[in-house]
Amino acid sequence: MTTVLEVCNVSKSFTMHLRGGLTLPVVHGVSFEARAGECIVLAGPSGAGKSSMLKMVFGSYRCDLGAIRLHHGDGQTDVARAEPRTILALRRRVIAYVPQFLRAVPRVAAVDVVAEPLIAGATGREIAMRRAGDLLAQLNLPERMWSLPPATFSGGEQQRVNIARGLIGDHPLLLLDEPTASLDAANRAIVIDLVNARKRRGTAIVAIVHDADVRDAIADRIIDVTAFAAAA
Amino acid sequence: MADHEQPLLVADGLTKWYGRQLGCRDVSLALFEGEVLAVVGESGSGKSTLLHLLAGQLAPSAGDVRYRMRDGVTRDLATLSEAERRFLARTDWGYVQQDASLGLRMGVSAGGNIGERLMAVGWRHYGRIRGAAESWLDRVEIDPSRIDESPSRYSGGMRQRLQIARNLVTQPRLVFMDEPTGGLDVSVQARLLDLLRRLVQDLGLAVIVVTHDLAVARLLSHRIMVMKGGEVIETGLTDQVLDDPREAYTQLLVSSVLPV
Repeated sequence: MTTVLEVCNVSKSFTMHLRGGLTLPVVHGVSFEARAGECIVLAGPSGAGKSSMLKMVFGSYRCDLGAIRLHHGDGQTDVARAEPRTILALRRRVIAYVPQFLRAVPRVAAVDVVAEPLIAGATGREIAMRRAGDLLAQLNLPERMWSLPPATFSGGEQQRVNIARGLIGDHPLLLLDEPTASLDAANRAIVIDLVNARKRRGTAIVAIVHDADVRDAIADRIIDVTAFAAAA
Repeated sequence: MADHEQPLLVADGLTKWYGRQLGCRDVSLALFEGEVLAVVGESGSGKSTLLHLLAGQLAPSAGDVRYRMRDGVTRDLATLSEAERRFLARTDWGYVQQDASLGLRMGVSAGGNIGERLMAVGWRHYGRIRGAAESWLDRVEIDPSRIDESPSRYSGGMRQRLQIARNLVTQPRLVFMDEPTGGLDVSVQARLLDLLRRLVQDLGLAVIVVTHDLAVARLLSHRIMVMKGGEVIETGLTDQVLDDPREAYTQLLVSSVLPV
């Protein structure tokens, strides 16, 4: 299996200037890799730095030390050193991210929120909208809600819009932060099926899941992030 | 990835002194087609000075701005004649002012405001100009039947949308925006932001937007430059600067936003 993501010796801390320069260590010396078609689950208690790791891979958190190498069609890129526009290009084609919570833009309909990454990736609008509808239907979001902005949706409904948005592209690397946290059992099972289908298509997945059943159903390997706890 | 492209606009070491008062110091940036850059900071941080320098409305005390013209030739703005600079500003550039009444001609009808930019690029056929104006009014969510009204009869939000239509009708590649949602009601702001976001995406515009509102930057921009005391203190991907701000001042700005 080909390696898609290599995390090498990554360390991260926050310096809180408004708290007198207090340094909050997050993770220290993290190394792991994710290959095509496998799902890595990051484990550890809240605050261990799991979400921070995903954000560093996606490029929304800075990485202090180490390298985050992505292997893609055009070669390899170190996200930790990449220029903003390189990271944006990677997000269009290589990395998809389902954050813990949907950041809804006012006035934008759920189906447009889902279709947006595809349209930004230069897929025709019509195809993107059809694919967005298919995914929302698969995730049991009633069709009457598709044209509504998700800001007023319940947690579980927003979560499903969020998942559909992350899954719509065919990115070779998928980052999932607690994708099933606010879903009922039936919808959890659907997400498990969708994730496993992506694995079969060769997507590398890095996920955070606390639910043991979901974890057992999708994980190929578990990385315990507490092993990389930064010395406080 | 995509590193073979040439930037559209490049600024190098831009500095502006107003006598002994510093406007901005040693600002460098490169902007590519389709890229939205937000310049954030408080009043007096130098962000408006920077915007005026980039748009060639102000001469720098040091440094230069280069722009890749439609013919592919990159020119130093300082070497353009006044006529060339005005032509650029009326065709390949847009400039959206915070106060729409400064960006519009208030004595001219809405249709005239849009048509004027088209005439500047050689359109002569009245019917076609009117048709283009109507379609742009519709695109910015203004009822085309109000084409003959003066913008002085429009609401603040409508004026701002008209100003956007006037700027975009010539299909510019680069648009400068100075606090485009400033001074508008919150509900009007949300509608305008949504409209801007869609237009920028559909038209693949390069935008430099100056704002003190981090929500505007979050929604519109790919990259952020944070200014303080005339200098750029932090730059990066928008979500990186807002979610993991590094400088003390940026942390202060981000933590000062009231949650709703």
